[in-house]
Amino acid sequence: MDSFLFQTFIYLLAAVVAVPIANRLGLGSVLGYLIAGVVIGPMIGLVGSETQDLQHFAEFGVVMMLFLVGLELEPKALWDMRAKLLGLGGLQVAGTTLAVMAACMLFALPWSVSLAIGLVFSLSSTAIVLQTLNEKGLMKSDGGQSSFSVLLFQDIAVIPMLALIPLLALPELAEHAAQAGEHGEEAGHGSGFHLMDGLAGWQVALVNLAAVAAVIFGGHFLSRPLFRFIAAARLREIFTAAALLMVIAIALLMTLVGLSPALGTFLAGVVLANSEFRHELESDIAPFKGLLLGLFFITVGAGIDFAILFSQFWFVLGLTLGVMALKALVLLALALFFKIKGPDRWLFALGLAQAGEFGFVLLSFCVQSFVIPGEIADTLLLVVALSMLLTPALFIFHDKVIAARSDSGQEHENDQITEKGTAIIAGHGRFGQIVNRVLLSNNHKTVVLDHRADLIEGLRKFGARVFFGDATRPDLLHAAGLHDAELLVVAIDEPDQAIDLVRHARREHPDLHIIARAEDRMAVYRLYAAGANDIIRETFDSSVRASRCALEALGMHAYEAEKAITVFVDHDRAAIRKLAQVWKPDISVFDDPEYIALAKEVNAQLEAAMAGDRSALHDKTDRGWTPPGRVKGLTD
Amino acid sequence: MSKVMVLFAHPGQRHSQINLDLANVARSVDDIGFVDLYADYPRFKIDVDREQERLLVHDVIVFQFPVYWYSTPSLLKEWQDLVLEYGFAYGPGGDKLAGKLLVPVVTAGGLQDAYREDGRNNFPLRTLLSPLEQTANLCQMVYVPPLVLFAALSARNDGRADDHIKQYRLLLEALRDGRFDVEAARRRDLLSDGALPVLESV
Ligand SMILES: Cc1cc2nc3c(=O)[nH]c(=O)nc-3n(C[C@H](O)[C@H](O)[C@H](O)COP(=O)(O)O)c2cc1C
Repeated sequence: MDSFLFQTFIYLLAAVVAVPIANRLGLGSVLGYLIAGVVIGPMIGLVGSETQDLQHFAEFGVVMMLFLVGLELEPKALWDMRAKLLGLGGLQVAGTTLAVMAACMLFALPWSVSLAIGLVFSLSSTAIVLQTLNEKGLMKSDGGQSSFSVLLFQDIAVIPMLALIPLLALPELAEHAAQAGEHGEEAGHGSGFHLMDGLAGWQVALVNLAAVAAVIFGGHFLSRPLFRFIAAARLREIFTAAALLMVIAIALLMTLVGLSPALGTFLAGVVLANSEFRHELESDIAPFKGLLLGLFFITVGAGIDFAILFSQFWFVLGLTLGVMALKALVLLALALFFKIKGPDRWLFALGLAQAGEFGFVLLSFCVQSFVIPGEIADTLLLVVALSMLLTPALFIFHDKVIAARSDSGQEHENDQITEKGTAIIAGHGRFGQIVNRVLLSNNHKTVVLDHRADLIEGLRKFGARVFFGDATRPDLLHAAGLHDAELLVVAIDEPDQAIDLVRHARREHPDLHIIARAEDRMAVYRLYAAGANDIIRETFDSSVRASRCALEALGMHAYEAEKAITVFVDHDRAAIRKLAQVWKPDISVFDDPEYIALAKEVNAQLEAAMAGDRSALHDKTDRGWTPPGRVKGLTD
Repeated sequence: MSKVMVLFAHPGQRHSQINLDLANVARSVDDIGFVDLYADYPRFKIDVDREQERLLVHDVIVFQFPVYWYSTPSLLKEWQDLVLEYGFAYGPGGDKLAGKLLVPVVTAGGLQDAYREDGRNNFPLRTLLSPLEQTANLCQMVYVPPLVLFAALSARNDGRADDHIKQYRLLLEALRDGRFDVEAARRRDLLSDGALPVLESV
């Protein structure tokens, strides 16, 4: 227990110190974690060999990340990507494998060893690249989308590679090992294979298909009633537990049948991308993913064997740079071929030039399967780690040099494009519903959040895109896209929560336009102080219409009634704005002489204006369409 | 240097083929004022004081609009009804607009040939817009004959649009820089008959 607490303390401390500093320096969180790992591992030796085990555990962060990526990607979007996925991804893996293999054979390595090394280096780091792209908001760019396609293909390609590698075994290594006795059993991804032992190829394929079908079917039909049932219990932590349970169960199933857990959870994510629980799931899983990935990066840093590194520093560095240059070249050629342009091309080529976490897995699997001799593998492990360590630097280079240079060139080109932003609507009751319908019918994207699971189920039957979740929770709001949104409509019932929501959104996103519904005058003042742009009193417009009907019923000409009401509305809105500026949250209005004086003044103005007193409100009711001969202020 | 203000009135900008481009030109010319009336007053609640103040500080008022039923779109008419007040624009003390230029820049769906005494529309466009001209006269403004794009809906297809847009920019810049030959312009029937009367320099 003590040592567990101590270790947790060390890892968390390293992260908490290093990551904010790295971020502040513009290096990105990934490099922060890596440096933290280097410091606590090889540099001061606070953690040791247990990082290997931790790393296997932390790789689960990648699985979770792919689940989240899947959640963002609707099935249709995935289908639209198929050409890129297969073409770009397939060619990248094949091209890099062959290029690296050829290079190895130049170093006089046997072809089987060379091929295995080629496979190892054909993979890039999903963890680093996706994390960085997300952090920089580049996921939606052409370069980001292409990178994602390639990474996804690689993650899937790991499975056949694991099947292929044992066939490359070197007889002399195997014999040697047999003499030396049994090797330690520890094989990350390989460990599930025993379940499938003894099955014929077509049977394996059948089981695999069945597992994938189970994930899709289960995700589509079973998960929603289940989540609905759990949501009805209104216990936040149980929902989180259920979300985790689902991800882990899928990963387990995939491992058992020898498929990639990342692929399984990714599929589950895609299936759930359309469900009302999408944002809730996202905000529940995201912290786990973040911590696990962080841990993973730390273990990469901590696992660097400085002894080997320093004894052959230039050799390792040269190898690393060589491998990265080779990978970048292949990527660049693909980018040209697939017409990826401008800074996106460089983002793609530089971003994917490192080796990845699955490289570690493949390498240890290669050693166990007697494909690559241990001493070569040790050096290659260093190369993989070093290339990951260098990646953030490449991203920074891309940011500061390539993207910066091309920005100035195309400033004016995009002037005409007016991308429609997203509106988040919090609360889908009588109020939010109308706003949502109007926005949708005018082709705006909306994300609607409501916390009544039963209501949402009903609304979804009518085709409304409504998500389950409590909009006052910052993480959920974040998952719903607060940072990219252009507009937030606060239409939830509880006044205090509405105000908290406005305050939070304003703090997170100073440029956001916020429209808030107010129950009464006090709510108007509080929402104003919280930073809402437009504050709509919920019964104001209907009472105004009622008064206009009343004036007409009492015999006023319809157009005169309209004008009278217009003056009233204008005046009242101006007045409430003035009053909101002097209102103080900590004093009751009845004890606030400044407020009372101003309220009296504006009320007197209104009465005068309604009565047609010209000096008061620029004689608004009476002015306009006056016949010649009646100069304002001179007659009557 | 003169202070130029464009008052743009178009209620159906979503469907506009040409006026929106003209408006964007006006927006892009430096040091002139531009007002999209339908954006400022979507509910027709014209702020008379604000409009009169705007008029006071400008020397050249451009009305840019599509011809609707041989006249201005309704908000521009409402604007006239409310802003050109007795005692401000006309009547005793109503000389606040005296000497300012009024320049209509209009687009019409009909062909120029239709706007003749023997054409489909029976009257020349200059005549049909005479209420505007007389309004300017009563307000002691200097009326400049309208710059017209006829057959506006086909101007894009037969390649006249770009030329007209260039003319508009030239006009606004000449007005702003005091290079616009008002006298020559006033001798014309329509400002768009022939090249713009622009002086080389002043
Ligand atoms: C309500 C309405 C009335 C119109 N009346 C006339 C008219 O009296 N004479 C004419 O030549 N064109 C008339 N038009 C055609 C417009 O002048 C023409 O659509 C416009 O100038 C094109 O410019 P835009 O594409 O920027 O809207 C009318 C159009 C509308 C919508």
